[in-house]
Amino acid sequence: MIRLTNLTKAYGSFLAVDNINLHVPRGQLFGFLGPNGAGKTTTLRMIAGILRPTNGTVEIAGADVARKPMEAKSRLGFIPDRPYVYDKLTGAEFLRFVAALYGQDGPIIERRMDELLALFELTEWKNELVESYSHGMRQKLIISSALIHRPEVIVVDEPMVGLDPRGARFLKELFRAFVDRGGTVLMSTHTLEVAEAMCDRIAIILGGRIAASGTMADLREQTESGDSSLEEVFLKLTGGIVDRELDVILEA
Amino acid sequence: MASSRPAPVPSFHSPSLGTVLTPKWRSALARLRQERSVANPKYFFLALVAAGFWAAAFGVFYRVLLYVHAQQEIGAALAAKILGVILLSFAAMLLLSNLITALSSFFLARDLDILVAAPVDWLRFYLAKLLETIANSSWMVVLIAFPIFTAYGVVFRGGIWFPLVAITAMVPYIVLPAVIGTAIMSILVNVFPARRTRDLLSLVAIGAAGGLVLLFRLIRPEQLAKPDGVRNLLEYLSALRTPANPFLPSEWAARMVMNWLVQIADPLPVALLWTTAPAFVVLGALLHQRLYAAGYSKAQEGANKATRRGGWEWPFERALRRLTPSKREFILKDLRVFFRDTQQWSQLILLAVLLIVYLFNIRSLPLFSGEKTPVFLVTLVVFLNQGLAGFVLAAIAARFIFPAVSLEGRQMWLLRSSPLDLRALLWSKYWTGTTPLLALAMMITVTTNVLLRASTFMMAISLGTVFCLTLAISALALGYGALYPRFDAENTAQIPTSFGGLLFMMTSIVLLGIVIVIEALPVMSYLRAQLVGARTTVDTRMVLALAAVVAICAAATIIPLRLGLRRMEEMEF
Repeated sequence: MIRLTNLTKAYGSFLAVDNINLHVPRGQLFGFLGPNGAGKTTTLRMIAGILRPTNGTVEIAGADVARKPMEAKSRLGFIPDRPYVYDKLTGAEFLRFVAALYGQDGPIIERRMDELLALFELTEWKNELVESYSHGMRQKLIISSALIHRPEVIVVDEPMVGLDPRGARFLKELFRAFVDRGGTVLMSTHTLEVAEAMCDRIAIILGGRIAASGTMADLREQTESGDSSLEEVFLKLTGGIVDRELDVILEA
Repeated sequence: MASSRPAPVPSFHSPSLGTVLTPKWRSALARLRQERSVANPKYFFLALVAAGFWAAAFGVFYRVLLYVHAQQEIGAALAAKILGVILLSFAAMLLLSNLITALSSFFLARDLDILVAAPVDWLRFYLAKLLETIANSSWMVVLIAFPIFTAYGVVFRGGIWFPLVAITAMVPYIVLPAVIGTAIMSILVNVFPARRTRDLLSLVAIGAAGGLVLLFRLIRPEQLAKPDGVRNLLEYLSALRTPANPFLPSEWAARMVMNWLVQIADPLPVALLWTTAPAFVVLGALLHQRLYAAGYSKAQEGANKATRRGGWEWPFERALRRLTPSKREFILKDLRVFFRDTQQWSQLILLAVLLIVYLFNIRSLPLFSGEKTPVFLVTLVVFLNQGLAGFVLAAIAARFIFPAVSLEGRQMWLLRSSPLDLRALLWSKYWTGTTPLLALAMMITVTTNVLLRASTFMMAISLGTVFCLTLAISALALGYGALYPRFDAENTAQIPTSFGGLLFMMTSIVLLGIVIVIEALPVMSYLRAQLVGARTTVDTRMVLALAAVVAICAAATIIPLRLGLRRMEEMEF
């Protein structure tokens, strides 16, 4: 469903993403992990068509994002890490606007909008300007907007940030149900427990390259980690905490 | 178990003014370096345009001052009066600009959370933010003042120390409106209900509109242009020498500069400027100390108002229903955001006042004193009025169309990840801005031409020209807005005063100049025929000239839109 071939992104001489090859098949929840600055967000933004790759291709359901952007993007729902939305629109107006960007309007969209707002407990805020929403509410509104046009693929960057435990729990259930119905989710997260519990497969990106990829069992095997948790695998790949540094910071 | 002994208070020095300001000047330097590295030849060309603009401004003032200087009796007094009027207009611009900037730099800026939470001494905080406000709000006035002061220095032979005198006069003159603007904003933020802080700009705009009318009456420009209204030379001279208002710092600055130029030893203006400005800074700082904490806290409370569908939306929805959902909703979104953002629509109040002043000026022109209609003069004024109308339209486009792309910045993730064609986005933005501008342009042209009793030929020429110019000016505004976006602007009003906004205005003025020069050919042919009482015949030269104007305007419409589209396609977020 999502296929990355030799995907590369360079900023001058700095390689943010270095020749990544990845395939996320239909009906899978795929976790994309890595330390800060590893290239996760850059990769996701290239998949969403926001950034142009320096090299390589991105395909969504067989459509090349660069060559057939309209076809590829119409199947995608993107949830960014920072919830920037139009402050001067109401929640309902924002959802109606996003639906229209995907060429959809009318009573079906109105009904779906009400369903989504109710699902995310935003019905009371439907006619309030977004500028009065909290961070978590904005995040919920953006997640609703990514679902309004019934996408086949969801690409999501740090979905749990800003959500309360109830919202986070609901989102996990939502993604699982979406995948069980044949959808595909590519999710970047720092919450390793969530990734371990939810994801069918996981890739760990380091310095713009995929350091390890596969199921939890595959990752343990690749890193020779025995029965370790994902956190242990992750730290083994990315480098552990240096106790000496902690001492330097905390001692007066 | 942890010890209950309180930790010793660490020795602490509040960060210096330089430290507080470091992120600002380092960011400015980084932006300059980034922009420089983008394309050198382009910046060389732009520097050339800027130099040309300055040279033209200098040339105009040089000629005017040379003429004024030659008037033995009244030369120096008239030059001083002109400088006073210019500086008073600048002071009004500075006060408005400082009010707008102070709201964002003191109360809404994104760096405030860090600064307010840090142990920064209140005085250093005030001075740092005041300097930031001055830099952001006054740089354009300084740029415009540069060729004017140079012209004064050259014509009156100010000598090598003149630049220092001009700077000494300008520094306190610029500081004063910044302190006053900041103080007014501090009071307004405290007085206004917390949820309406962001709507303060509408109040500022209404105040500014009133101030503009007051300023217009204060300057009384008709007195300078119509000396015959005064009984004798002595009275005229005395009117010239009397300051418009002895309490205005613009008068002190003008007198300080002119005293140097005509070699009058009078320390009073220097003393007034250099005692008042520091005194105001001290008073402003004390006011800041008393009011800031409460004001900043109030400013953080967001507007929390329910919005019902406005009555104005129905006609638009009906009119746009034939468009595709994405185009229709995009235009409706732009309109909603515009009318709900006080920062944007409050500028409409100012615009309305400016237009009234403009039409009033046209009506007051002393063209029809005799019985016979002066064909030459009327035709000339109607012709040149096209340029003035074009300038007014460019100023409006700078305010409302130029920021269009910048305002999408933070939401660009949504537009780029959706199947919305960027061409459609630009198309929507172009027509949302151009349609009202075109209606306004036609209204201004018809009204001024009726006031000027223009002939049918001149009415047709000016309507056609202004139509083509409006399409081109809108495209230039949108194109430059896409080429030089300000995604980091914390206030909509800051976007048109950016580097790109200045370039847009310069390019528009150059376009207006070219069109006026080319159209002078057919208008001259028409005038010649009118003066000898012959019929105006449309000859090849006339057709070619008009075709050239259409071609230039078409190029000025298509090229910036294409460049803007390409830039948007290349943008990365």
